[in-house]
Amino acid sequence: MFWLRRVLVQQKRWLSDADFIELLGMARVLPGPVAFNTSLMIGHRLGGYRGALAAGAGLVGAPLVIVVALGTAYQHVGTLPLVQSALRGMSFVATGLVLANALGLAGGLPRRPLPWLFVVAVFAGVALLHFPLVAVMAALAPCAIALTWAARDR
Amino acid sequence: MEAGQLFLQFFVLCTLAVGGLNSVMPGMFHYVVEEQGWISGREFTDLYALGQVAPGPNALWVTLIGLQIASWPGALAATAAVLIPGTIFSLAMVTLQSRNPQGPFATAFRRGLAPIAMGLMFSSGWVLLRSIGHDWIGLAMTVLTVAAVLRTRISPLLLLAAGGLAGVAGLL
Repeated sequence: MFWLRRVLVQQKRWLSDADFIELLGMARVLPGPVAFNTSLMIGHRLGGYRGALAAGAGLVGAPLVIVVALGTAYQHVGTLPLVQSALRGMSFVATGLVLANALGLAGGLPRRPLPWLFVVAVFAGVALLHFPLVAVMAALAPCAIALTWAARDR
Repeated sequence: MEAGQLFLQFFVLCTLAVGGLNSVMPGMFHYVVEEQGWISGREFTDLYALGQVAPGPNALWVTLIGLQIASWPGALAATAAVLIPGTIFSLAMVTLQSRNPQGPFATAFRRGLAPIAMGLMFSSGWVLLRSIGHDWIGLAMTVLTVAAVLRTRISPLLLLAAGGLAGVAGLL
């Protein structure tokens, strides 16, 4: 995201910072990879559907080749003790990145107990009680949106 | 066969992936490790970590999972399952011109989903930790990572490299 912004907004000046933030905000609520969705919408703004296609392919194409190469390497050397040790260390860090990502969202929550109740309920349902993720979302997401909607004037 | 099942399951999950792909990781883990037994929990976390080092969208770790399970068709199926829902929703959004992204409904939608996404991401962290196995030094590294990301501007890649080195050095 950092590089997308630097190149598109600051170097090429293809779109304004405000536009970038707006599209990024939309991409955050849409399902799927945030960087990919942002790129599609930026591509669409600059060059219609063909622009969107070009942006999406450009973002994913080369990395996909590298990822497949990494995966193939893993299939060959993934069980070596040295590789296993390195990956184990990286896994703990990767977990930290996920948790930091989650905590980063806390800044956007209003200072009321209700949103936190949803955080706890989702965690309890998915992580502790092993309910199916789809069922937990189907039950809780509409409630969360409705209650936020009802409380919008306060 | 496996690629087809993988595609369907991941496609459904990815249409629900609010706030990014990390939020539906527990569903993916449950399906490929616990329900189908296609890969071990260890392989899942390995591939997740590996995907974080790769350039491009972080979401491509899913491609690695697909590749491991069903080779080329699996990689293709997993990648498509991740990218198609995002493409449909993004293009629908810009086509409808999202008349009013700051309007009350859009705001309620965004704010309402934030705690859901957060609860899901905590669950993802939990699933990963349980699968890597218990280790106090490892846990300390996880906590340090969280602090480093929230408090400093250090690159995640450096942190991952440090984690890898700590593993190689035999700290874990």
